[in-house]
Amino acid sequence: MKFTWFNLMPWPHLPDDFREKNRSVWVDIPSSMYDPIKGHEVYNTYLDQLEYAEALGFDGIGVNEHHANAYGLMPSPNIMAATLARRTSKAALVVLGNSIALYNPPIRVAEEFAMLDVISGGRLVAGFPVGTSMDTNYVYGQIPALTREKYTEAHELIMRSWKEDEPFSFNGRYTQLRYANCWPKPIQSPRPPVFIPGGGSVETYDFCIENEYAYSYLSFTGYKRAQLLMDGFWDRVDEMGADRSPYRAGFAQTICVAETDEEAKELYAEHVNYFFNRCLHVYPGYADAPGYRTIKTIKKGALSQYTRSSLASLGKLTWEELVADGHIIAGSPETVVEKMKELITGLKVGNIFCLLHIGNMTNEKTRLSSRLFAEEVMPKLQNMWPEWEDDERFWIHPLEDRLEPTVPVATMGAAE
Amino acid sequence: MAEQNATTRMLDIGNGRAPVEVRVAGEGTPLVYLHGAGGLMPNDRMFAALAAQFQVHAPLLPGYGDSEGEDELKDMLDTTLHTGDVIAALDLIKAPLVGHSMGGMIAAELAALAPNDVDQLTLIAPAGLWLDEHPIEDLFAKLPFELPELLFHDVALGESLMTAGLDLEDPAFLAEFLIISARRLGMAGKLLFPIPDRGLSRRLYRIKAKTLILWGASDRLIKPVYGDAFAAAIPNSELQIVPEAGHLVTHEKSEKVVDAIATMVNAG
Repeated sequence: MKFTWFNLMPWPHLPDDFREKNRSVWVDIPSSMYDPIKGHEVYNTYLDQLEYAEALGFDGIGVNEHHANAYGLMPSPNIMAATLARRTSKAALVVLGNSIALYNPPIRVAEEFAMLDVISGGRLVAGFPVGTSMDTNYVYGQIPALTREKYTEAHELIMRSWKEDEPFSFNGRYTQLRYANCWPKPIQSPRPPVFIPGGGSVETYDFCIENEYAYSYLSFTGYKRAQLLMDGFWDRVDEMGADRSPYRAGFAQTICVAETDEEAKELYAEHVNYFFNRCLHVYPGYADAPGYRTIKTIKKGALSQYTRSSLASLGKLTWEELVADGHIIAGSPETVVEKMKELITGLKVGNIFCLLHIGNMTNEKTRLSSRLFAEEVMPKLQNMWPEWEDDERFWIHPLEDRLEPTVPVATMGAAE
Repeated sequence: MAEQNATTRMLDIGNGRAPVEVRVAGEGTPLVYLHGAGGLMPNDRMFAALAAQFQVHAPLLPGYGDSEGEDELKDMLDTTLHTGDVIAALDLIKAPLVGHSMGGMIAAELAALAPNDVDQLTLIAPAGLWLDEHPIEDLFAKLPFELPELLFHDVALGESLMTAGLDLEDPAFLAEFLIISARRLGMAGKLLFPIPDRGLSRRLYRIKAKTLILWGASDRLIKPVYGDAFAAAIPNSELQIVPEAGHLVTHEKSEKVVDAIATMVNAG
């Protein structure tokens, strides 16, 4: 199993009446609600948590990309990953990912990912999302019906620029380069492992299976609701004649660990409530720009998770209901182990993106929950897939001989 | 109603492309009508009113109805040339050309690209320009219940017209509705998203056609001030404001709109 500690990086200071006074947490939320002075502490606390997760023994630490979004404060995930690359030495840097249809020219992503891979000694997991409709269409202005075509072309350019050893010409519809020439190249050759976030688009299943990329379902509604979608993925794996390595797939789950089930509620309920009520308050008009999803996918009934009525009602559920329906996995280490086993075997996934910081959770609680998960839950989940133990196709291959983080100069001075 | 005599044909436009659905009705002078982003309604008032005075030919843009091949139309130039090909295949070059909203934008582009092929042009609340002081609402972020208010002067009429025959509570219907809407607005987005400006303002001076610009006085989607901008940019043009009508002036004041078109066409 591979456990990645993930922080969406929500803005923790949304007011109590946020939902009543604002129509959306995303796209048109007034930027006056962001306070850069508080932001200084928020960013640094979150980055410290990611570094702490490495110290706790998580296999990966994860960042992602959102725009004009108060629950995702990382317009540039590569900046975040760059700070982590310098201050960690073991964990995979899971950048999930760069919305490649938004970079102009997209060879920029090939370059920056290569930089991250080289700085980190080959620890990059490269994520290539199409991007949500909110980010890609509404905030970044891409034409919905052409977004996937642009994404496909960008993917082709990036993969080629990692593979080719000489400059080449690239004549795309969206990008034309006379001299496509990626300096530097990534350490992991021919490419870092690739993760593709998906939300049920049938085209994405095939894309992952064909290219040996890991399909990553980043849901907020928990593992029980994900069964149908993941079954669809595994059916497609069988149809295409691929093997059933669990490392082909990953799932994001909200997890809260305390000493006892009761204590979990006491400690975390308010933060879970903040997340479901304020962070997921997305105006449905922004959920799915017409043309963003293909007709084939709509016919399969796979709509944006932001248009589903279930999401709107999540905020009204009690703690007990959220736990019972599997939206969150919460409780004592024993309870969490049992539920995690259900998730892992049910969805047949080898990668877990652990959402252990939730909403406006304090630093102390985040560290407590993360430590309990690392010390008392993770060890009991290590041998879920013994027959696939040696499958290294979907994970990083770092340099054996890589540099350790150096002590910051300022600290050295203070110590003397 | 003239609509009852309407026929639908699939028009071959050559070069291996998907055929185009064309609705035809009425008698008299042939006229080409280009619909807006919402397409033609099942009992389209504007189409019926045109058919009462003209022989109206209304081709459906790929992505609408049975017109396919929308994947091949990537941008404004593709779409404009496609429309020119459709009119040529109908053998209606130089016939009066009328377009509403997105259809008006396409008609204006065509008249600017091929100024010698269009003699009489009617633009009804066309898209295609952008004035920073008067931003156009984001049609692509609207929920169905928000549309009547945005598109009609008479909101109650709008509600009844837009929901006639729709049962959004029925899951099977809803699924079908989502597909229709995604096809239509997916195509429309290539011309209108995120801002409905594809450089038309730089080309309007080329239009040679006698041009009638019609605008609903209560248009809340594209405000009537845009009518002034079109009139200022198109050399031989006249702006007429239609009172008590919104963006769908074509439905709220169909007869008045068609009378104005007939007056221009008959004047020659």
